[in-house]
Amino acid sequence: MALLEIRNVTRRFGALEAVKDVTLAIEAGEFFTLLGPSGCGKTTILRMIAGFDEPDAGDILLDGRPLTGIPPEQRPLHTVFQSYALFPHMTVAGNVAFPLETAGKPRDEIRRRVGEALALVYLTDKAESFPHELSGGQKQRVALARGLVNKPRLLLLDEPLGALDAKLRVEMQSELIQLQRDVGITFVFVTHAQQEALALSHRIAVMKDGRVEQCDEPDTLYTQPANRFVADFIGKINLIEVAVAAASKVLLTLDAPGLGQIAATDLRPLKAGERGAFALRPELVRVFGHKESADLKNRFEGRVRELLYLGDVTHYKIELANGFVIEALMPNAAPGRAKFHEVGDPVAVCWRHDAGVFLRA
Amino acid sequence: MNAPGTRPTRWLVTAPPTLFLLVFFLLPALIVVLASLRQPGEFGGLAPLTGLADLGAEAYRFLLDDIVYAEIFARSFVVAGLTTLICIVLAYPLAWLIARSPQKRRDLLVLLVILPFASNFLVRIYAWIMLLGPANLLYTPAAVIVGMVYVHLPFMILPLYTNLEKHDPALLEAAQDLGASAWTRFWRVTFPLSLPGIFSGSALVFIPVLGMFAVPELLGGTGDILIGNLIKEQFLDNRDWPLGSALSILLTVLVLLLAGITAWAARRGLHGTEAVS
Repeated sequence: MALLEIRNVTRRFGALEAVKDVTLAIEAGEFFTLLGPSGCGKTTILRMIAGFDEPDAGDILLDGRPLTGIPPEQRPLHTVFQSYALFPHMTVAGNVAFPLETAGKPRDEIRRRVGEALALVYLTDKAESFPHELSGGQKQRVALARGLVNKPRLLLLDEPLGALDAKLRVEMQSELIQLQRDVGITFVFVTHAQQEALALSHRIAVMKDGRVEQCDEPDTLYTQPANRFVADFIGKINLIEVAVAAASKVLLTLDAPGLGQIAATDLRPLKAGERGAFALRPELVRVFGHKESADLKNRFEGRVRELLYLGDVTHYKIELANGFVIEALMPNAAPGRAKFHEVGDPVAVCWRHDAGVFLRA
Repeated sequence: MNAPGTRPTRWLVTAPPTLFLLVFFLLPALIVVLASLRQPGEFGGLAPLTGLADLGAEAYRFLLDDIVYAEIFARSFVVAGLTTLICIVLAYPLAWLIARSPQKRRDLLVLLVILPFASNFLVRIYAWIMLLGPANLLYTPAAVIVGMVYVHLPFMILPLYTNLEKHDPALLEAAQDLGASAWTRFWRVTFPLSLPGIFSGSALVFIPVLGMFAVPELLGGTGDILIGNLIKEQFLDNRDWPLGSALSILLTVLVLLLAGITAWAARRGLHGTEAVS
């Protein structure tokens, strides 16, 4: 049985359906992420789990028991708020002790567990500081310690890294992964930052307009997006308009108007004539001189329109014969790499037949 | 380039109020100090000052010798304290309600709080005479307290509201999320964070009550006079200006002492609440 089950939950605000018939199951020990653009309903789901909001339809179950009607203060789960919401009049130790005090724990146990929690987030020496004396990253860690100290069944995190600068964000990501592994508490994480979601999560539910578009592990989401929205939202991707020309059990031939035929693989039973998009990650596109390897499949000629040298990789935008601009990421340290292709150079692009996926329209 | 805050600009901005306070506050205060050390005139007022030998602390000695004055001081501080306490209890829920109302209604409610100032203070006290008379409360200590609370309540509501309005609602959600009941949320989060508001409201109520003479005079009995009445009497009825001045100075010193102690205690106990005050 899943630790937390969200069954057919719907939440309306007036005419707006913020969450539409969402069903999710979150397993114990998981780092689960709700990912989506702002207004997709992810925070509403989090607030319903925490108890600050109730579903209009459907159930939320913890350990198989419905949470309906249980106020937030009686739910065995804690939240790390985006603004941290640290109590400004309490010391760091006072903040972390708060959930233990409300739970009526004895004094010596509180002291011991506050010490442990602060050690966990490397803030032992800040115990007597006040929140306004801390940096953003330190506040973040106090909020985490406060959320974890009473060992909740579930820790909800509402864009907790949103207020940090880019460098600190990356550092905190590693800390979060380590922390979650150490304490073994289930994390439900809400974010709109897809890279963060990919880096942190065991599983991700990608949301749009109140619905879950796809719920999978990060690499599945990235390599096998279920639809255009997921493909486009997670990372960069080329979406080439195609129609199925022929489909056998495994091999798929796609017709790209003005370009030619694309060979791909697909296990689904597809019919000839079906329209859709061929989704291809830029790092799977190879770029070489236009005279090379003329006999390869999935090889198309074009011209470099733009190139961005990014240090580790070079980002090409290449205009193909049908006017489609394909993006390609070439690692600069690639073995045998001879030269850069300059803007205007005639080049050829190519990809393996199993590099992309066909997305039904 | 003269950025705001450089010397000449700062002088231009701060000189007028400084000058005003020097001339109309510090100077009169010094005159009162001087008056408290002089001799009463034969027909009231002050005796002419001929030399340093005319100055003395007789007025103060007189005050300290007679227990009646100590009693009136004590009673005044009790009335001020009680008024402040009742104001806190009455103003808190009201201020909280206003702070939690939607923005539009908030402005209207604040307007209602200050609306009584639109009519004359004495007229409103006379209205209380008509209200308290039939209730058999007129000319009792209770009537004085009722009047004092009525007059000073807005001065408690407004600073409290200003403080409560700034509270981050996320803090209460966080407290609730971390297992705090409504009662705990109030005592552990809202109340400590509102202490700066309570302190400024208390200062705005406590100190004026000490000097207020109209309310005890109109609503209180003969035994209900406070320092304010005493000072007024010395100047207008007994025409003993040195004694009146000495009373004023004594009151000022006591209030400053109290304010100092409170500020010192507040600094020790209020750490962190500056963030929202």
